[in-house]
Amino acid sequence: MSTHIGRDFTPPCVPGKVTGEIKYAEDYRREGMVFARLLTSPLPSGRVVNIDASEALRMDGVVGIFTADDLPPVAPPGNPALASEYVTYVGQPILAVAAITEEIAESAIDRIRIDFERRDFVVDPIESLTPGGSNAYPEGNVLVRTREEGPEGAPIIGAEIKDIKWPQSAIDAIKSGREPVGGEFTTEWAFGDIEAGFAAAAAIVEEPFVTMGYPHHSLEARTGMAYWENGKCYFHGSSQSQSANNAGLARMLNIDLADLVFINEATGGGFGSKIGPYPFMAITGNFARVLNRPVQLRITREQEFYIGSARSGMQGWIKIGVKADGKVSAVDLVIVNDGGATGGGSGNSSAQHVTVAYQPENMRYRGISVYTNTTPRGAQRGPGQNEMAAVLAPMTDKAAAAISMDRVAFRRVNAINSDGFEGGSQGPVTSAFVREALDQGRRMFGWDEKLAQPKAMGGSKVRGIGVGIGYHGAGGRGYDGLVRIGTDGRLYIHSGVGNLGTYSYAGTCRAAAEALQVPWENCEIVHGRSDRHLPHSSGQGGSNTIFTHTRTNWVAAQDAISKLKEIAAADLGGAAADYIIGDQRVFRSADSSIGMTYAQAAQRAIQMGGKYSGQEYPDDINPLTQLAVQGVAGSGLIGVAKDNIPGQGQPPGILVGFCEIEMDKDTGKFEILDYAAIADCGTVVHPKNFDNAMRGGAVWGVGLANLERHVYDPQNGLPANTGLYQSKPPTNMDVPVQTYAGAVNIPDPQNPTGGRGIGEPTQGAAAAALASAISDALDGHLFNTAPTTTDMIINHLAGNSYSTQSLKTNTF
Amino acid sequence: MPSHDVMPNMELYQPVQVEDALAIADRLADRGWLVGGGQDTYGWLKDRAKSVDAMIDLSAIESLRGIRETGDGIEIGALTTLTEIVNSPVIQQQFSLLSDAAGRVASPQIRNIGTLGGNVSQDVRCWYYRRGLSCYRAGGNLCYADTPQGMNREHALFEGSRCVAAGASDTAPALVALDATMVIRNAGGERTVAAEDYFVGPANDIQNTTVLRPGDILTAVRIPSTWANANFYFEKVADRNVWDFSLVSIAAAFKLSGGNVVDSRIVAGAVQTTPRRLTNVENAIRGQVRNAQTAESVMAMATTGARALAHNGYKIPLLQNLVKRAISA
Repeated sequence: MSTHIGRDFTPPCVPGKVTGEIKYAEDYRREGMVFARLLTSPLPSGRVVNIDASEALRMDGVVGIFTADDLPPVAPPGNPALASEYVTYVGQPILAVAAITEEIAESAIDRIRIDFERRDFVVDPIESLTPGGSNAYPEGNVLVRTREEGPEGAPIIGAEIKDIKWPQSAIDAIKSGREPVGGEFTTEWAFGDIEAGFAAAAAIVEEPFVTMGYPHHSLEARTGMAYWENGKCYFHGSSQSQSANNAGLARMLNIDLADLVFINEATGGGFGSKIGPYPFMAITGNFARVLNRPVQLRITREQEFYIGSARSGMQGWIKIGVKADGKVSAVDLVIVNDGGATGGGSGNSSAQHVTVAYQPENMRYRGISVYTNTTPRGAQRGPGQNEMAAVLAPMTDKAAAAISMDRVAFRRVNAINSDGFEGGSQGPVTSAFVREALDQGRRMFGWDEKLAQPKAMGGSKVRGIGVGIGYHGAGGRGYDGLVRIGTDGRLYIHSGVGNLGTYSYAGTCRAAAEALQVPWENCEIVHGRSDRHLPHSSGQGGSNTIFTHTRTNWVAAQDAISKLKEIAAADLGGAAADYIIGDQRVFRSADSSIGMTYAQAAQRAIQMGGKYSGQEYPDDINPLTQLAVQGVAGSGLIGVAKDNIPGQGQPPGILVGFCEIEMDKDTGKFEILDYAAIADCGTVVHPKNFDNAMRGGAVWGVGLANLERHVYDPQNGLPANTGLYQSKPPTNMDVPVQTYAGAVNIPDPQNPTGGRGIGEPTQGAAAAALASAISDALDGHLFNTAPTTTDMIINHLAGNSYSTQSLKTNTF
Repeated sequence: MPSHDVMPNMELYQPVQVEDALAIADRLADRGWLVGGGQDTYGWLKDRAKSVDAMIDLSAIESLRGIRETGDGIEIGALTTLTEIVNSPVIQQQFSLLSDAAGRVASPQIRNIGTLGGNVSQDVRCWYYRRGLSCYRAGGNLCYADTPQGMNREHALFEGSRCVAAGASDTAPALVALDATMVIRNAGGERTVAAEDYFVGPANDIQNTTVLRPGDILTAVRIPSTWANANFYFEKVADRNVWDFSLVSIAAAFKLSGGNVVDSRIVAGAVQTTPRRLTNVENAIRGQVRNAQTAESVMAMATTGARALAHNGYKIPLLQNLVKRAISA
């Protein structure tokens, strides 16, 4: 019986977060520390002609200025920390100024004069693809991934910017919601025969759609503080991850891994925008080196909007063929991503969502991601998958209606199972139990009972009921685990997982405690700064941590168990196989009196040295883990291993959401009456945290489906909603007080603890279920937008046409 | 443009007597900036979109706080917080239109700090203007919002005159509906202004939203008993249910006799810079039964003369629907 996995506990950082005692990067001070602030671009596109900082540098208290000239050059299409020649979005950092107070630093940036040469700009990807349309960069408008053959046939994978224009006929087609025949794409894949699939269809749904990008709004604006001592850089950063930062940040600072101490005990949100080291980190560390004093670089809320990156928007077209039995026979999907200033889109992930939601018999995907002079884009909770889920759900409902099939039943027919596939390569999954989730959710939500209720709710109120599916790949392989049994008998679990607020850093450590059968009160999680000797770990993004690091902690624990047995056999006789563990002892299975405590074994490991106390370690562990083992060597019994657990396939995180709303047809407002969700995430590792993830994801799903979006004025390239109150993430009054969550709770066979991740689909499923409910309340009307905002609903109900900007991105 | 979030250097005055505040305001004139709860102020100053030499912090002047019953209604000190208004028994009992409106302002945290005086005197929330662009209202010669491509979803339907910013106050329409009087003092004495005249549209003054001028301090709001215990209706529609500005709001007071409307004051918010009194609707329903049939017969009148911009056309049916609901309720 499980002693830790599947049971609640309180992660050790919680009291500090409740009392405010825990420190974030901005809370750290150091003697002699100065404050740096950024000067950012006022233009969406231009060239920096001249910088005159002389007046600022003459100010009392100003200690220095830092520009792109102080950093290694970054060739396009890289995202430089500071603009060198060209600026490509409003808010792009151009330089930093450091002063002895923040007030002086802010005053100093007002006294710097920059001469710009204006360039044409574009905030709409379709406009950029139009013949004669502006390009966001001098080199072009599209980020193209390249793959060339290098020495000895090894592929060289890179990227470049190209200038791509579509024929006017393709532009006209996509603007009017039709297939953009003749348009050039940079990503294409297909499986099966879509023409045959459409020919076999009993019904075909063909729709255009648009989803808006929007920023992450991490509550902790990304602040860094760095100082150098004896050639080492101590860097307090705000990151979702811990160990995943080290290699990249060390490269940014041009130092060896061993010379970087990355400190990050807690992070106030990242949502995909802080998975690894972001370019801006290079300023803090290098500026501190140039000034030879500690530098804190704090950014404003508005700057977090700019450089905190954002979800990519997309404009697309989809054609879905459905057979009479409900099976999706063919999908043809086109996506034009808004890649912002960084060019990357998540269209392929959107297409991947379609494969998981439908398991189509035949499918084609064509995509292109276009640069615009808007904020950088990057990963944001279920990038691609979640926004696709939101617009796909009402279309799925339409397809079900076309063949007179119940909407849940339709999804059940097409649901992925353990033999299913994901993505264009039709790769396998480790396991999937979506039909079970749909059945469980249908009962829990009372789908049939709610359907039987009258739609009219009195006056202007109508009922809407919806269902949606969220998906994200949820796990990785090949990272390292490191545990140490101290001479005090305690289990020290070294975790390179970041504390991003999900508490997965703690939940995953439970796997080691479970394997070694150590009570939780005798365990200590070692984390938060790399000089505490932390192993190589995945980045905390993509819902991967639960699967990935329960496995790494499990394999490290298994290594420790083997060593415990070997030590016992060496001292007490017999073979290692004669020994078992229990009650924090290793003892003979045939005679429990012959054994030793973990504390005694740790003492013996130190005496024996070699692999037992970390002087030797496996060849296949990452260099960062090697450094960590070297750091703890000789301090106890060391368990260290790379996750080589056999298996294949993508561990999926899948959530099914059900939503009931009361729509007011006078105001376009609705109240969410009920929301329930069932997860297919293997074994639930930490139930309390699972509930938190369900709730938090559902809240943001409401934002995706109803509230949040980028808005840019196409006349001047300015963003309209840089502040939190303007961007409108959901509040506690916009979501139901009570939501319900459950899990299929069937263990994944490729994880010894049974767990898979579930963080990202929690947003996508909620957004999809809500979009489905909005459509249902309005008799199946398709808005084909995410978000679907109050004004859109009012306009529909009033019989107004959409605004002339409909189905464009970055607009109202 | 630089982004900031710390307060710039400036002089700070913290008077505890209103007379002292008046003297300072008179001396500083347009060099001074009055601050009560600061919920409008700090954004302007921290963003450096506006700058001043000195700030006059009124928050320590006790005489500007509190709700007092008078011989003819009530007087509310300008520094009375919105939360105090929401929780006031006398306002709840006699003028619930105001407590309902105040209860929908922003968020509980902001209502705890924000004052009635600040709420009615706040500047418009046009994002172009707030960004510090040199528009007409900011002294320039351009309106960024009133263009075919302007991002103007929250902007005005009526009375745009070089500026199409919509008023942001939720209590302002309620005070106009309650026929309130604004008490204004300066070094020269005291004057009173009807709430309906307190708010100023861009056709009359492009740079101010109220009649307050340098040296003036709004000290109190008086609500006469004329509309005490009338039939009230307030509704605010915003994207979010908390911490959001109105897309459109409606504040209405009805005097009924035998179910018929004897008199009414119906005021819309967020459809122009000032609260918009719908006198044509008031006239049309006078003597009519207050019911859905009457409401539906007059609702379209509410938007007579409306001019939709590129993105705010939805406000026309929304305003009509809110008028319908106010009259039907």
